[in-house]
Amino acid sequence: MKLYQLKVHEAHKLISDKEISSEELLLSVLNRIEDVEGMVQGFVTVTGDYARKKAREADEKIARGEAVGPLTGIPFALKDNMCSKDILTTCSSKILKNFIPPYNAEVFDRLEEQGAVLVGKTNMDEFAMGSSTENSGYFTTRNPWDPARVPGGSSGGSAAVAAADEVLFALGSDTGGSIRQPASYCGVVGMKPTYGRVSRYGLIAFASSLDQIGPLTRDVRDCALVMNAICGHDPKDSTSTPVEVPDYSSFIGEEIKGIRMGIAEEYFSLGINHEVKDMVEEAVAGLEGLGMEKVELSLPHTSYALPAYYLVNPAEASSNLARYDGIRYGFRYEDSESLLETYKKTRSVGFGAEVKRRIMLGTYALSSGYYDAYYLRAQKVRTLIKKDFDQAFEKCDVIVAPTAPTVAFRTGEKVRDPLQMYLNDVFTIPVSMSGLPAVSIPCGFIKGLPVGLQIIGKAFDEGTILKVAGAFEESMPFKNMKPAFGSYSRGGV
Amino acid sequence: MDITKKDVEYIAKLARLEVSEHEKETFTEQLGDILNYVKVLEELNTEDISPTFHVFPVKNVFRSDQIKESLSPEEVLQNAPDQENGFFKVPRVIE
Repeated sequence: MKLYQLKVHEAHKLISDKEISSEELLLSVLNRIEDVEGMVQGFVTVTGDYARKKAREADEKIARGEAVGPLTGIPFALKDNMCSKDILTTCSSKILKNFIPPYNAEVFDRLEEQGAVLVGKTNMDEFAMGSSTENSGYFTTRNPWDPARVPGGSSGGSAAVAAADEVLFALGSDTGGSIRQPASYCGVVGMKPTYGRVSRYGLIAFASSLDQIGPLTRDVRDCALVMNAICGHDPKDSTSTPVEVPDYSSFIGEEIKGIRMGIAEEYFSLGINHEVKDMVEEAVAGLEGLGMEKVELSLPHTSYALPAYYLVNPAEASSNLARYDGIRYGFRYEDSESLLETYKKTRSVGFGAEVKRRIMLGTYALSSGYYDAYYLRAQKVRTLIKKDFDQAFEKCDVIVAPTAPTVAFRTGEKVRDPLQMYLNDVFTIPVSMSGLPAVSIPCGFIKGLPVGLQIIGKAFDEGTILKVAGAFEESMPFKNMKPAFGSYSRGGV
Repeated sequence: MDITKKDVEYIAKLARLEVSEHEKETFTEQLGDILNYVKVLEELNTEDISPTFHVFPVKNVFRSDQIKESLSPEEVLQNAPDQENGFFKVPRVIE
């Protein structure tokens, strides 16, 4: 086994037993990046020198006898929409192609305090708008399981580099499924915590009432360890919630007998591929075999979540992205006659097609005369969607569902039809609209492509989700399966 | 209700976007498709439902008014496309 293949908890043990140094682990990871990054293309920026410095700092701390935290010396990546002081942060947009943040996102500060080692910033759909990384302003990331397919999105770079063993874990952000769907497509564990669980300070804003940061890891125990590091109230984000954070790793390895799992019929129809459906049903049977109690229920407003989301999300995005005007930071179109022209030309040249489409849609939905018919109605529908979950959770402890209706699709297959692309998120969006936590974990493979199982929990009850996910993962024979790179490693396909 | 090319021009103006003739046509079609799709929301009676602007409403988050370290003027300006004497510089607004 190579060092770069280690899980976080395994590497931690070797580091704290002084069997390996942080620097050795890092060098293994950097070599791995050199070997496979030409194929995966998951990073916008690799921060090799910075990482070497940080790994040496971690080793010095350990040599001085300071406490070794679970993430001390562990190489990781941040999605490129989280600010990193003095390190390029582009949001995969041309409009931020030179942006060097003067401060850190709170999550990055927390990981650095633990001694984790940043090795790079990952590719994404521009401003997190998309489900495939094809909307990146720079390039499309490839799925490590099949380079002709997308890794999912918008946190596709983070999912791909975690799956390809280029980092031990990565952070992503999830607005309508952007952690869970790429986790499903790349065969890794991806958790979207409850809205308010993780500080959004320094996360470049997209749709503020939905955005939430979370981990992408190679197993459930690692997910718990990263959650321990990033969760908790932050006065710098007024929407972060002052709710106590349990030790998430204490839920791993617990029995799940008697935990009630809700199964909603709506999540097994709505355009789901029949092989995915079969596989998820098999997983449900597996969970019953582990002693969980199955409760059939209905979430009747599920099909309305996607249309409501595509009004709420663009509305918030159009407002958040008004700040990109070419004046204070980012790209400016220089050759213009007036201030208004500067704004217009800067935004038209700097933003890609999907970003413009959402700004246009959001501007329309918020404009005078249409606000009630579109934006306000969508927010009322959101109440109905949330109520469905509230009622369901009176009868069950978690809801088990597919993460996405299909396996990873081929690059280029859906770029022309925005609506088809949006439908990828049909099972993740209702959860986002309700602010609830959910994880996607691998539950099997169809023709060599991973399928994700989504476990949805009550607000602030990530612990029960992790307990169920941990027990499920333990029962699965494929838990250490890896993409076979073989012939296409070293410099492209 | 169908969206027209004129609507697209008007929205672009509000959004401070310059759209080419080609983009106008694509946006008219694509935004039309999306707005048609979201029409399904009209099936629901939402008259007496209150909107959810935030899933877990928080209000009046107070903190004590303490002076803390903030970014230096240099840091604030470090990403500015153009600057002069410690200010952001913009194209001439007043003739």
